[in-house]
Amino acid sequence: MAIKQLSIFVENKEGKLVTITDTIAKANIDIRALSVADTQEFGIFRLIVTDPEKAKAALESSGCFVSITNIVGVAIADEPGSLSKVVNILARHNINIEYMYAFITVSKKFAYVVLRVADNAAAEKILTENGIKLIEEKDITSI
Amino acid sequence: MQNNYYQPYYETMPYEEIKKLQSEKLVKQVKHVYDNVKYYRDLMDEKGVKPEDIKGIEDLHKLPFLKKDDLREAYPYGMLATDLKDCVRIQSTSGTTGKRVVAFYTQNDVDMWEECCARAITAVGGTNEDVCQVCYGYGLFTGGPGLNGGSHKVGCLTLPMSSGNTERQIQFMMDLNATILCCTPSYAAYIGESLKERGYKPEDNKLKAGIFGAEPWTEEMRRDIEKSLGIKAYDIYGLTETSGPGVAFECQEQTGMHINEDHFLAEIIDPETGEVLPIGSKGELVFTSLDKEAFPLIRYRTRDICVLSREKCSCGRTFVKMTKPMGRSDDMMIIRGVNVFPSQIEAVLLNSGYAPNYQIVVDRVNNTDTLDINVEMMPEDFSDTPKDIMNKEKSLAGSIKTMLGISPKVHLVAPKSITRSEGKAVRVIDNRKRLGINV
Repeated sequence: MAIKQLSIFVENKEGKLVTITDTIAKANIDIRALSVADTQEFGIFRLIVTDPEKAKAALESSGCFVSITNIVGVAIADEPGSLSKVVNILARHNINIEYMYAFITVSKKFAYVVLRVADNAAAEKILTENGIKLIEEKDITSI
Repeated sequence: MQNNYYQPYYETMPYEEIKKLQSEKLVKQVKHVYDNVKYYRDLMDEKGVKPEDIKGIEDLHKLPFLKKDDLREAYPYGMLATDLKDCVRIQSTSGTTGKRVVAFYTQNDVDMWEECCARAITAVGGTNEDVCQVCYGYGLFTGGPGLNGGSHKVGCLTLPMSSGNTERQIQFMMDLNATILCCTPSYAAYIGESLKERGYKPEDNKLKAGIFGAEPWTEEMRRDIEKSLGIKAYDIYGLTETSGPGVAFECQEQTGMHINEDHFLAEIIDPETGEVLPIGSKGELVFTSLDKEAFPLIRYRTRDICVLSREKCSCGRTFVKMTKPMGRSDDMMIIRGVNVFPSQIEAVLLNSGYAPNYQIVVDRVNNTDTLDINVEMMPEDFSDTPKDIMNKEKSLAGSIKTMLGISPKVHLVAPKSITRSEGKAVRVIDNRKRLGINV
């Protein structure tokens, strides 16, 4: 079920981000969502894209250091309280969220939330049991 | 274990006979330099030693030392002991730390040097059925020409690749079935890495042995190279000043390098006092070249720190063995008052599962020395959270602190982001020198 996220190691140096965005643009790949984790010395650029494998290959050939991380994706209604519901379910079951970010899908009136947890399968099971709709790779491509 | 000798008469000569041979040669050599080199004559006169005072190797300690600065001062012809018309070659040091040293060779000098390299190649199992790929630099650097000459003498099919162009190195290695590889250890590691990237397994190549030298490396790095190339990796030692690679070489026992004692007389001294130390002591290696005609060195201080051993070797060679240099006395950094050799840091990295791709940066900030170590992370170590990387940095810094006694700052960087060397690797950047601080 998991969603594939690209994690890219970025040293805090001039021009590093340009290489990444240019490469993805040239490979004709859409970025659906992104988040950045940064420290003083480096950052990790996290991307949800339409074709993760192709993006990874393109980035590697321009010298970027990339790994693919499987994360959990859920679709929630774009209305107040939806996100809180998901977070509450996970908290009740003692599932820690390492990080999360969300994006809105214009056409479907849904917000997609991606979550990084220690055990994807466990989180997916609990969310499904509690009536939360999971999303898959094809949902990302078809936005 | 096979006993492969190129010149068995000398390589297995009983020690008593070696001493006799060395004594005879030393007496002649001292007279040769005194008569023909003003620089030596002045040094010896200053010390009050005459050639006739030297009756054998027991009198060696009476002679003055020679340092690299002497050779620089004498540049270019000051140390020349024969007519220029008798010289057929020069080689030169890289000159990165100062003025270059230019060494001259007569044809006999070249032959002796190449024979030393031939001994090294034979000792690792090389014969005229081997294909020897030499990817040390050719030219002024002694690595390429030395091993090239040795390979010819053994009768190997020689691939004079020189350094660089890894793509072509790999193509020739695979297409022409190279069996012996000669290069710097850091380049050997890089070739291993490149082969893996191209999908080759260690057993896909025909290599059986590698002769690696010209820069310091560790036992851990040896094991890594052996694994990645599927070979036995042997050390070789030498310096341009004495001839080039082949002054000492490893046999199949891999427990130190036999010094070609029929040509080179070795001593270990206390680098501070110059006092000669008994065998087995750790100290600075000093060489006297007994046969060199054009550029003979008497008691040349190598600045390499090592230990000599006369323990019987299973290979049957009687030549004294030297340990891998534990660092050059000029490689040593003094950081916050502590002596640090890059090889110590490298040993920790390799033990902790990292590749030997690193750079050490020393600086001084607010009057305190700083030690930063950039290390390439292993691809499998990278995940999506900074925490993981920072924990690894912390743990590596802890291991290095245990080894050195001072805390470094470790920075994991992206794989392949540290420039690869095709010759000698630039491991240390000491920014304190730029500040004009004497280090």
